[in-house]
Amino acid sequence: MDNAALLAEIPRLRRYARALLGNRAAADDLVQDTLERAWARHALWRAGSDLRAWLFSIMHNLRVDQLRRPSAPLHSIDDEDFEVPTRATQNDRLEVRDLESALCQLPDEQREVLLLVALEDLGYAEIASTLGIPVGTVMSRLARGRERLRLLMEGRPHGANLRIVR
Amino acid sequence: MNKLAISEDDLQAWVDGVLSETRNGEVEEYLAANPEEAERVRAYQAQKQALKALFEPVLDEAVPQRLQALAQPPVAVDAKKRPIFERWSLQRIAAGLLVAMVSGAAGWFGHAQHQAAERQAQVMPLPRQAAVAHVVFSPDVRRPVEVSAAQEDQLVAWLSKRLGTPVRPPKLGAIGYELIGGRLLPGNSGPVAQFMYHDTSGQRLTLYVTTENATNRDTGFRFAKEGPVNVFYWIDGQFGYALSAGIDKSELARVATAVYDQLEHK
Repeated sequence: MDNAALLAEIPRLRRYARALLGNRAAADDLVQDTLERAWARHALWRAGSDLRAWLFSIMHNLRVDQLRRPSAPLHSIDDEDFEVPTRATQNDRLEVRDLESALCQLPDEQREVLLLVALEDLGYAEIASTLGIPVGTVMSRLARGRERLRLLMEGRPHGANLRIVR
Repeated sequence: MNKLAISEDDLQAWVDGVLSETRNGEVEEYLAANPEEAERVRAYQAQKQALKALFEPVLDEAVPQRLQALAQPPVAVDAKKRPIFERWSLQRIAAGLLVAMVSGAAGWFGHAQHQAAERQAQVMPLPRQAAVAHVVFSPDVRRPVEVSAAQEDQLVAWLSKRLGTPVRPPKLGAIGYELIGGRLLPGNSGPVAQFMYHDTSGQRLTLYVTTENATNRDTGFRFAKEGPVNVFYWIDGQFGYALSAGIDKSELARVATAVYDQLEHK
């Protein structure tokens, strides 16, 4: 495993973890765990295969482990006082905040797929192998996640297809 | 319903722009005929862009030190902890194989040698070290060097003392490069020196001098390209020299020749 190549992946891992967890400290802890596990298992990485995809799958598996453990500190994802990523103060601030909190309200598995598609531009098949699920599951999580996020952003609670009467 | 029915998967794939051209056209026909659906998928598109924009700034944040440090193999991950045969059984690229062999061999030969081998496995090659030092310090406007050329005597005395052998920056005024100063840096196993020069246009050039090359034989000029930085390097006895700059190869070769000539006739 090439140190420089690994170093180059860190910003992307941090971005994805931040988006996934909505909390800077927890995200960096997750990245740290990911890198440590990557080194511990680097003999398993086949040279020439996609380093990024491998790292994301390690991160995913760690996350699954952490969520399974009820006492894991990372479970506090619906904490309301998470840190908002630094960003130029613009008048879309409120909207940004909305998008972030809406994102946090998605089920983990939907958020994961949504973010891998939006941030990493990974293909559906790559996401499927990264997460260890069938492509069909990727597609249905993506569809459900997008729809739910849309409804949340429009101020409609939950996934139910409520019709708004004005 | 004419062709193949448009599925939800098609709509998602349309949002991500991964449909074939034909299918894309069919989806667009469908959307034109179904404004509500069109509105929905356009919202997904906007959502995708908004997510990207929201988290994009994280990419530009400085990576915390503790994470940067983890790009290096941790000390705990070494050949001693794992059976050698596990390493042998895995297919690795040539470089990986070499590291495995070095550290595998170290497992046999005991502790002291093992440490040496581990060090070896992590050593950065000279041109890369030099290029990294170049890109770190040369863009620095306020403090590109630790000791400036105005105190050249002090610079020479200090670096010679720390490197344990006389080192002196070559004079490149005749070919248009003026000394800015120098600094001490950590190399693979001890101190190394970096001298920085600039020409009248402000183009900077660094000469990286190591004395760590006890095991290497002399070499002629070698050229390496590390991203935007061109590097000429050569090894002369215990000294390794690397001249780095973001200038073209022929101009750098001209400077390298001048440096080489001066060092030869010191």
